[in-house]
Amino acid sequence: MEIKFILNGKKIATEIGADTILLDLLRKYKCYSVKRGCETSNCGLCTVFLDDKPVLSCSIPAARVDGRNVTTLEGLQKEAEEFGAFIADQGAEQCGFCNPGFMMNAIALLRENANPTDDEIKAYLAGNLCRCSGYEGQLRGIRAYIEYRNGVNNVR
Amino acid sequence: MLKIKQFVKVSSIEEAYELNQQKNNIVIGGMLWLKMQDRIINTAIDMSGLGLDKIEENDAEFRLGAMVTLRDMETHKSINEYFGNAVCDAVKNIVGVQFRNLATVGGSVFGRYGFSDVLTVLMALNAKVELYGQGIMSIEEFAAKPYDNDILLHVIIPKENRKARYSSVRNQSTDFPVITCGVSASQDDYRIAIGARPARAVVFSFERNTKLQEMLDEIDKKLVTESNNRADADYRHRVALVLARRSLSEL
Repeated sequence: MEIKFILNGKKIATEIGADTILLDLLRKYKCYSVKRGCETSNCGLCTVFLDDKPVLSCSIPAARVDGRNVTTLEGLQKEAEEFGAFIADQGAEQCGFCNPGFMMNAIALLRENANPTDDEIKAYLAGNLCRCSGYEGQLRGIRAYIEYRNGVNNVR
Repeated sequence: MLKIKQFVKVSSIEEAYELNQQKNNIVIGGMLWLKMQDRIINTAIDMSGLGLDKIEENDAEFRLGAMVTLRDMETHKSINEYFGNAVCDAVKNIVGVQFRNLATVGGSVFGRYGFSDVLTVLMALNAKVELYGQGIMSIEEFAAKPYDNDILLHVIIPKENRKARYSSVRNQSTDFPVITCGVSASQDDYRIAIGARPARAVVFSFERNTKLQEMLDEIDKKLVTESNNRADADYRHRVALVLARRSLSEL
């Protein structure tokens, strides 16, 4: 079957199988930030935006994105680069495998809620698992980024 | 592994119903539980283009389309104000935001999963389901029925001035629940739903003038729990009574 959708601002028209999963389609288009992790919809590694909402690309039939907007980390270059610097400052990326999914979801959080509390950050990111960091560095990185954005403290 | 031979985005409920009568065809909701199964689907029926992704409200009820996501329920201001955040409390620990942006109320309810927080809270709120073939019925009647080929269109939560609370116990915060408890009180009655027994949720109803201890004694007598690798039956039974007591005391 043929679908048409917008991937990171570019129009795509492609043939897919009835059971093609979005994650596989995105990697075919060289969006390698989208990682295959648990495949049980639990780890958040494959997070992308579907019409600006964070979703798990491992769990969406590609047929469902027909006519819709998909954004991966590759499509958020400037925003991701700026935020990623604060995560790196804290040494929070460690092995880096969970980072793209984590950054997508953190960016989604900050778009919804510009000044989240620590509890709100933890609740929103509960679906992003990291085997290395223990999450403290990531939390510090998010806090530092929020402070930077608010102009309270120029930490860079 | 899930194998789908054909994917059809239907243009009407009639088309969905007709397709769903054929063997090995299935309506897909968020597809999160379905994708974990090892099965071959002839036709995956996608109802995402039928406008069933809206929460409508009038003076008598909240009407949730089958494709409304758990995240929509979690963040719906009016539902959560009306029921004291019970709906948000029921879904907020289900995996993560990205998961809840996909999982649908229709999939959760039609699946009648034992572990379902959604089924528990909706039973406590005296919800009804609207099916294409069988019409409207109470959610506890629906939950007790075997699976069939009907199509769930809406979940209806009546506005009965219910105060409500929801609580659950989990071994880890985003894991399946060990036990769930939703309670509500209207002017006329109490409803206490216990889920993740681990079988499907059940609801106990009492007249509003029933004393707390009488309700707990009755639940103690009638509640059936079982063991699995998350908890044993006796633990579930005891914790269910504690959650019911606490929640009823808070109403």
